[in-house]
Amino acid sequence: MRTEAFKEYISSILPTASYDESGEWLNVLVTPADWRNLAEKLRHSEHKFDYLFCLTCVDWKTHLTMVYHLSSTDHRETIVIKSNLDRNNPEIETVSDIWRTAEFHEREVYELFGVKFLNHPDLRRLILTDDFEGFPLRKDFEDPVNMIKL
Amino acid sequence: MYTETQVIRNNTKVTVDGALDGTGEMVINVGPQHPATHGVLHLVITLNGETIQKIEPHLGYIHRSIEKMSESLSYRQFIYVTSRMDYLSSHINNHACAMTVEKGLQLEVPPRAQVIRVLMDELTRVASHELWWGAMAMDLGAFTPFFYAFREREAISDIMEETCGARLTMNYMVPGGVMADLHPNFQRRVKDFIKLFKAKIHEYDELVTGNIIFQNRMKGVGVLSAEDAVSFGCTGPVARASGVKSDIRKLYPYEIYDKLEFDEVTETAGDSFARYMVRMGEMHQSIRIIEQLIDNIPEGDFQAKTKAVLKLPKGEFYTRVETARGELGVYIVSEGGTTPYRIKYRSPGFSNLSALDHMARGSKLGDLMATMGTLDLVIPDIDR
Repeated sequence: MRTEAFKEYISSILPTASYDESGEWLNVLVTPADWRNLAEKLRHSEHKFDYLFCLTCVDWKTHLTMVYHLSSTDHRETIVIKSNLDRNNPEIETVSDIWRTAEFHEREVYELFGVKFLNHPDLRRLILTDDFEGFPLRKDFEDPVNMIKL
Repeated sequence: MYTETQVIRNNTKVTVDGALDGTGEMVINVGPQHPATHGVLHLVITLNGETIQKIEPHLGYIHRSIEKMSESLSYRQFIYVTSRMDYLSSHINNHACAMTVEKGLQLEVPPRAQVIRVLMDELTRVASHELWWGAMAMDLGAFTPFFYAFREREAISDIMEETCGARLTMNYMVPGGVMADLHPNFQRRVKDFIKLFKAKIHEYDELVTGNIIFQNRMKGVGVLSAEDAVSFGCTGPVARASGVKSDIRKLYPYEIYDKLEFDEVTETAGDSFARYMVRMGEMHQSIRIIEQLIDNIPEGDFQAKTKAVLKLPKGEFYTRVETARGELGVYIVSEGGTTPYRIKYRSPGFSNLSALDHMARGSKLGDLMATMGTLDLVIPDIDR
């Protein structure tokens, strides 16, 4: 794992990024405004992170955290990018034109967490009905009809 | 359906028969109840004559919110729900979850349990590919292969029933190993199955693979380039048919896969026939793995000793395994409690489906069935 090299590379683009190495892979925390710029560099630089294998969101009650798991098919490296969003008005730039798989995954996060992906080509609901209210995977979601908690 | 979901933009009016005014285009619904979607998948297809302009999948007809349910289930309980995701790979789904919990607990799995797990995974893979083969031939209009496929699949289901007590949703893998020891008949019956498989597999090639009608319907249909396969997050046989090396068993070996001899089957054409050939080849490779292990199951415990209540330390744990359909990722965010704070299942079917629109654009409606059939979609895996 070339952790130090990645840290150096990301610091050269985003000096404000912070790192967490406690887990299996290097975690990088960036601001939502910086994400789009970093994503393009990661995809098109020599590191070539061309495979976005997991895109999801976590509700921490005070804020939402977007989690992007990236990997490169050439170098077999993995990196995790995180970005904290304001829970009341979660907005982040889309990456669906960089990694096409993000189009569906972002639509899923949009309807289950309420995150708005700016400039997404087709941000509509994928799973839920059009008249569904609330964001089911947020922690404060209550469903009076269906049993989702024990 | 289309007015509600705004397929049609630019204020185009729709006439009674579904044609869009002035464009010569027509919107049709395939599904939610359609024999070729193998479940409740709804595709809204914009057609120009017979040519597909756009496909919009509408999901959620069997969305059970497994991710939300898992948040209130303990680390032993949530595994059983995952059998219901990709029900044809239920062993492998359970395996992924058990491995994630073991990673969190830093638990060592006894060698016997590791071998049993791999054996079960590979039997599941063969059973899944058998069902896919029969169902795909049925999509293309041949009914007989389905019965041929079920003849062999039945033998695997019987083996599963004896050892696991269930034929479909086995719930056999638990954190630390497997739930129960193998049935005394297991080895004999698996050997019988290998004999049966080797005696019958040539019939598959004679019935379908070499059939010129099938070949013509599959070759050059639904082509996916290697670059697009990676960009769309396609994994499993779909990616390997485009020449992308994506077998998790080879790239990130888990359990004892690094000690086994088997080949990663890849093709380069990226069309439906390539996907077909990859799956046929994988069946042989799985049998090869089973043959290596069936006489070499080590003695010992089938389960590591674990506490009654499992608590994962604070942190994040991610595991990936190779199911019959591709890469399944289990992402657990733990706050240190007895239940996961957040679970994400990165299901292979969801990403593979997202490439369908790209693959089918510009092709004929009749070819869609070949493309969809070789994507091997399992809808509960997509919806979760």
